[in-house]
Amino acid sequence: MQGRIRRRYVQERIFRGLGMAALALAAGFLVFLLATIIGSGWNSFRATEVRVTVTFDAARLGVAAAAAKADPQLLAKANFQGIMTDAADAQFGRTVRLVSDGAWLTLRDMAQADPSIIGTTQEVWLLTTSHIDQLAKGAFDLTLAEGDRPVTDADVALWKRLDAEGRLRTGLNMLFLTGADSVDPELAGIRGALVGSFLMLIITLAISFPLGVLSAIYLEEFAPKNRWTDIIEVSINNLAAVPSIIFGLLGLAVFLNTLNMPRSAPIVGGLTLALMTFPVIVIASRAAIKAVPPSIRDAALGIGASPVQVVLHHVIPLALPGMLTGTILGMARALGETAPLLMIGMRAFLTSVPEGFTQPATALPVQIFIWSDNVSRGFVEKTSGAIIVLLIFLLLINGLAIYLRNRFEVRW
Amino acid sequence: MSGLTLMFAAAFGLGALAWWLGRRKALGFVAAPGGDTIGAVHSLPNYHGAFVAVLALLPALLVLAFWGLAGDGIVSREVLAGLPAPSRPAPGLDQAAFLSEVRGLVRGDYAAAFNPVAAEAAKAWAHIEQRYAAVFGLAALAVGLMGALWGWTRLRPDFRARSRVERLVMGVLMLASLVATLTTFGIVLSLIFESLRFFQMVPVTEFLFGTKWSPQTAIRADQVGSSGAFGAVPLFWGTVFIGAIIAMIVAIPLGLMIAIYLTQYAAAGFRKVAKPVLEVLAGVPTVVYGFFAALTVAPAVRDFALSIGISDASSESALAAGMVMGVMIIPFVSSMADDALAAVPASMRDGSLAMGATPSETIRRVLIPAALPGIVGGVLLAVSRAIGETMIVVMAAGLAANLTANPFNSVTTVTAQIVALLTGDQEFDSAKTLSAFALGLVLFLVTLTLNIYALSVVKKYREAYD
Repeated sequence: MQGRIRRRYVQERIFRGLGMAALALAAGFLVFLLATIIGSGWNSFRATEVRVTVTFDAARLGVAAAAAKADPQLLAKANFQGIMTDAADAQFGRTVRLVSDGAWLTLRDMAQADPSIIGTTQEVWLLTTSHIDQLAKGAFDLTLAEGDRPVTDADVALWKRLDAEGRLRTGLNMLFLTGADSVDPELAGIRGALVGSFLMLIITLAISFPLGVLSAIYLEEFAPKNRWTDIIEVSINNLAAVPSIIFGLLGLAVFLNTLNMPRSAPIVGGLTLALMTFPVIVIASRAAIKAVPPSIRDAALGIGASPVQVVLHHVIPLALPGMLTGTILGMARALGETAPLLMIGMRAFLTSVPEGFTQPATALPVQIFIWSDNVSRGFVEKTSGAIIVLLIFLLLINGLAIYLRNRFEVRW
Repeated sequence: MSGLTLMFAAAFGLGALAWWLGRRKALGFVAAPGGDTIGAVHSLPNYHGAFVAVLALLPALLVLAFWGLAGDGIVSREVLAGLPAPSRPAPGLDQAAFLSEVRGLVRGDYAAAFNPVAAEAAKAWAHIEQRYAAVFGLAALAVGLMGALWGWTRLRPDFRARSRVERLVMGVLMLASLVATLTTFGIVLSLIFESLRFFQMVPVTEFLFGTKWSPQTAIRADQVGSSGAFGAVPLFWGTVFIGAIIAMIVAIPLGLMIAIYLTQYAAAGFRKVAKPVLEVLAGVPTVVYGFFAALTVAPAVRDFALSIGISDASSESALAAGMVMGVMIIPFVSSMADDALAAVPASMRDGSLAMGATPSETIRRVLIPAALPGIVGGVLLAVSRAIGETMIVVMAAGLAANLTANPFNSVTTVTAQIVALLTGDQEFDSAKTLSAFALGLVLFLVTLTLNIYALSVVKKYREAYD
């Protein structure tokens, strides 16, 4: 008898341990995921620069200092690539690409800020190519044979020499936050994708919030119980569970092929995401309306308010925090959504920041997807960096929702 | 488009003016002798104002909306008709390409025209568009003013402005709630319409029961291997294998045990810490899971497979995608199980504990059997979510349509194929592109059935204990 009880207690402990282990496993996975992403992504916020002695030769540039001062427009066409290549070739040799193709923009900015440097020789910190950048950040295992790693021995030798000479420095990578996509990892930034996501979320919010709140009010406060209402309820509940990629197919068939809206545009993405988010907002808003106690409605009706006045003056203000929380959570989901946007062509390669709702754009999650396809080490880092930015935004949005809930929620 | 925006802004300005006029007239009723006794004026001044504003705004907005939606069609027809007959593009694809070039020129997207006729047409387009915009803008102004005037003359102390306005509010509410139904119909119709076109090219039976998937369409009729194979069975199998088998093997035990531990064992303080972990797990975007699966999990799975002697392990394996998807689904399963366990009456649990059963015996022998329908319903919902999941499989499962039960091999899924078929170059009447819609239709119907069935199971089960 005692033995059996002991056995049963052992089983009890094992069962309990299993529960704890399951939770630990899930938490461990989350920690591992975040650690992997942050570990490989934080470097994307840093960039390696090399000190180069550049001669702003007026003849090579094609612009003289005096002319540039008189007409700054001339600098836009000047041959900064030329003086940069000259300097790099003279100091590091032609065999290895050291200075990034886009680094001449730094020279142009310098000249535009102060045209008098034309004709002088300057020490300039220029962005390096991704290989040197990755070497400086220690991304490659140099114990491997040359054929097994993506960098050549020549790259490594150059990097070691420059590092010993103190001509390399690693600083904050502003380009990652201010630039758009590029074929060179060291020049690629996420601003274009962020702006695209932002434009899209504006459309999504502007459409799904009013629609969602209005239909929630109708269904919860006014709708008669009949077959029509049932159909509406069933379709809302089902839409909330339809796979997101189906919304992408809908957007492709209706917005692009039938209504001829521009491809890859934030307005189409926003509309598609709005259709996807709207049922989520309806469900959250209905819960918020349901939580408003009937006594408040009865009191308002009792002193002569009409049903519409009851809703507008009492129910909506009281349910608004709950509705807003649901809306914000829906927006967070829309921000992280990728699949429907791929369907409507938002995976275009764009090197400029979108400026309007109808211009081609991409979104942050789609940018992550595009970069993740690229095997080069520099883009792996950028992908993780973009994921960090996306997660920070999601954290902020969700934090706002939690704050709103705690600040304004009333328990009746 | 900025012209249209301006017109809409003007319409709203007109509405505001109408509101102010109506309100002013109603304030006059109250100020009149005897007007301040209760019941002398039926509605508050704001309702009178709103009534006039609606009568001004609604017709104007309708006219503008018509212009916004149909304007492009009207102008393009006129532009085409205005072109000399020999240079007019043939209806169909040519015409669509021509018009899109013209539109691009008008918008300023293209610096120069590729087609000289398009440059001519773009000039005509701008001219014609301007003319029509003026006509429609004036028409909108006229109907708006007429509406406002008519509404304004109807205002009287006993006019039931509030009832009118409230009736309109109800109409707006009803329309908003119809959007959900319209979206559902839109999905169903567009999927069915495109699928029917696909099934004219490929028989339904071949699509549903064929075992070879290689979606190619010939550019020329005499091309070798011109006929693609559209047997979707390997895709269905891959979807089930990843979403309903591997992912569930991970998600069901973990999710269930987490729910049991958190509801039955954990102290309230610990629950407060553990819940956010699950919420974060649920809130991570799927593209992040996909990247993680492709970057970290898939190589690890492949190395593991090679180390136990499986030589044909692929770098994109069903196991990697399925496992990560399983982890993604854990919070979902655990919250469904949580609800199901919470719905079991406390008396059943107390009775079992009072008879001397240990907590784990109570959970295994009483709570879980009692909550089983709810848990099964939750699992079905989780399956429906897993098979509709796209990004993880696109990034980690690959595109090779293998009919294999080896989890280390690469399989492809319905969603991964839809993405592969519809990104990149596409022509809209090829079987290749249309097959994506047929796959979408199957996916929609399966998830819909699963959802409806699972929700009815969960509902019935909840009612049983109420």
